[in-house]
Amino acid sequence: MPWTTVCLGKEDLAAFEEQGLRIRSYVEAILEAQRTILEQDPEAFLIGEGIDDAGGVFGSTLGLADTFGERVMDMPISENGLTGVVTAAASVGMHPLLIHMRTDFLPMAMDQLVNHAAKWHSMSGGKVSIPLVVRAIIGRGWGSAAQHSQGLHSLFLSVPGLKIALPATPHDAKALLLAAWKDPNPVLVFEHRWLYGHTGPVPEEACTLPLGKGVVRKQGSDATVVAVSYMVPMAIQAARELEARGVSVEVVDPRCIAPLDMDLITESVGKTRRLVLCDVACRTAGYCAEVVMRLMERDPAILHGPVRRVCFPDLPTPASPVLEEAYYPGVPEIIAAVRQTLS
Amino acid sequence: MTHRSLNDTTRLELLRSMILMRRFEEKIIEAYGRQDMKTPVHLYIGQEAIAAGVCAHLCREDYLFTTHRSHAHCLAKGADPFTLYAEFYGREAGCSKGMGGSMHPVFPELGIPGTSAIVGGGIPHGVGTALASSLRGDGRISVVFFGDGASEEGTFHESLNFAGLKRLPVLFVCENNGYATVSPLSARQPTPHVVDRAQGYRIFTQQVDGNDVEAVYAAAESATAYIREGNGPAFIEALTYRWQGHVGPEEDWTRGERSKDELDRWKEKCPLELLRERLGDALGPGAYDAMVAGIDADLVAAIEQAAAAPFPPVDQMHDVLFRKGEC
Repeated sequence: MPWTTVCLGKEDLAAFEEQGLRIRSYVEAILEAQRTILEQDPEAFLIGEGIDDAGGVFGSTLGLADTFGERVMDMPISENGLTGVVTAAASVGMHPLLIHMRTDFLPMAMDQLVNHAAKWHSMSGGKVSIPLVVRAIIGRGWGSAAQHSQGLHSLFLSVPGLKIALPATPHDAKALLLAAWKDPNPVLVFEHRWLYGHTGPVPEEACTLPLGKGVVRKQGSDATVVAVSYMVPMAIQAARELEARGVSVEVVDPRCIAPLDMDLITESVGKTRRLVLCDVACRTAGYCAEVVMRLMERDPAILHGPVRRVCFPDLPTPASPVLEEAYYPGVPEIIAAVRQTLS
Repeated sequence: MTHRSLNDTTRLELLRSMILMRRFEEKIIEAYGRQDMKTPVHLYIGQEAIAAGVCAHLCREDYLFTTHRSHAHCLAKGADPFTLYAEFYGREAGCSKGMGGSMHPVFPELGIPGTSAIVGGGIPHGVGTALASSLRGDGRISVVFFGDGASEEGTFHESLNFAGLKRLPVLFVCENNGYATVSPLSARQPTPHVVDRAQGYRIFTQQVDGNDVEAVYAAAESATAYIREGNGPAFIEALTYRWQGHVGPEEDWTRGERSKDELDRWKEKCPLELLRERLGDALGPGAYDAMVAGIDADLVAAIEQAAAAPFPPVDQMHDVLFRKGEC
């Protein structure tokens, strides 16, 4: 299945290239999704700090301002105010896409996201919806430190009224962004900076995925690894290494953490009875904890072994390369966690 | 004196508009003691000249954003009193189907897409609809009302900065009633005039007596004309006083807050009485009382109908979390 495969290297891509499939990077997929949105939807506009500058938000908005003019807008350094501005523009039927180069700027906009955009449809008795898309990029490395590398997606889990997507592949980067645009509700799309260079099959035409439907990235029978965003390719790598040693791992990517595809996760865990969860965020009170809680609510006996989380430690990200290296979990940690669940 | 230029027809319309606001809220005060209107009410009594004077210059298509103190602005934009009362009673026929209460009225058909009860929360919304109008070229203007307290929020500065930068068709109306709940302005801001700060954002600013409806009308006339001509945003600071407490039907002095002397001095400057005196003979004998009686009859019918209307089904709160389908 080309559209659900995670390509880890040239060998994975080669098969798809032989089939004549179109290969694009994650960032190219985001760029072409936005081009589609701006071409097809006269009510759509992009706004964000520096989105029309030479770097083009790590390349994800490059060239759009040249084609679409004032519909690709730079903005003042006013995250909360401008979130309010685009929320109200959405309330009268426009389709704004607000872009944050770093996830860490979202706390500046908490009031407008949490108190306003998320609640507008409910507070209006269903009369007015907010078709708003917010893109935010999770950074990592090069000493980004504590204010340029956070994964804050789970903060929004306790706010009813928001949808939260975390694309892990180029295909999903395009399809989830297009789905967010078509959704009449506020959708937060968390991208990972280290996925930007990843490549994989991406269809030329506009494709969408239902928000709240996950995917089994790799079939397996001994343990389930649930992973999002940049942890998905790492989980695939870990699963391959474990398979070589006789352990069959199923990798589930929920794609969205709100709504959360609990049917898919329950089905997988019901089969394997073992569970590891991976996140690009600190451990405590994240989506991993929510998944386990909901599993317990459904079936308290579903797990036959200890459950493990592979997340960032509950610490602000350090700057020094030595500390960064120690901070981020990776393939070895996932392998170790799977082994613990099987013990 | 600007008010001398107003004709009596306009003055009578303004008076009628203010009586409707005043009596609408006095009916709430009468009903509130029964404890069945279960919503926190933030009353506007004493400030009516501002909503009346500004909204007289709006078209139905223009956008309006108000605050937790929202009733008068909605009425001035044409809201049906019944749908407001029904909302306050938590009924399905309410403007937000019982999901918003008194602080979040919504009338999309009247250009009121929603209402924030976070102080300063609605200021960027008026800029947002103005941005939409600017991108669409639809000729609408947006008006956003807020209090002096909201000018202390970051959204005030972020919104004025963006509106000034993009020359957006938005009118900011700061209703400076001197208090945030019971904290006086002097305890919260280094200068007494909010308008001074607006000037720094390249915005056409005016300060008026917010109890003089004709002065407000004149200021709003020039502000809306400036905006409709495509010149960019405008700002009016209207100086006024809130008679009731921040929330609820009582006057603050009854709780040991704000002095009764201060309130009495402001009651001497009642915006309705001020205009009534100016109208003098133009009002005719018994005309004022007849106007009040007519409005009262409609309001009594509306509030009684609202109090008897059915509650929403419990499932509704689940159904309205998300809009279904695609946009």
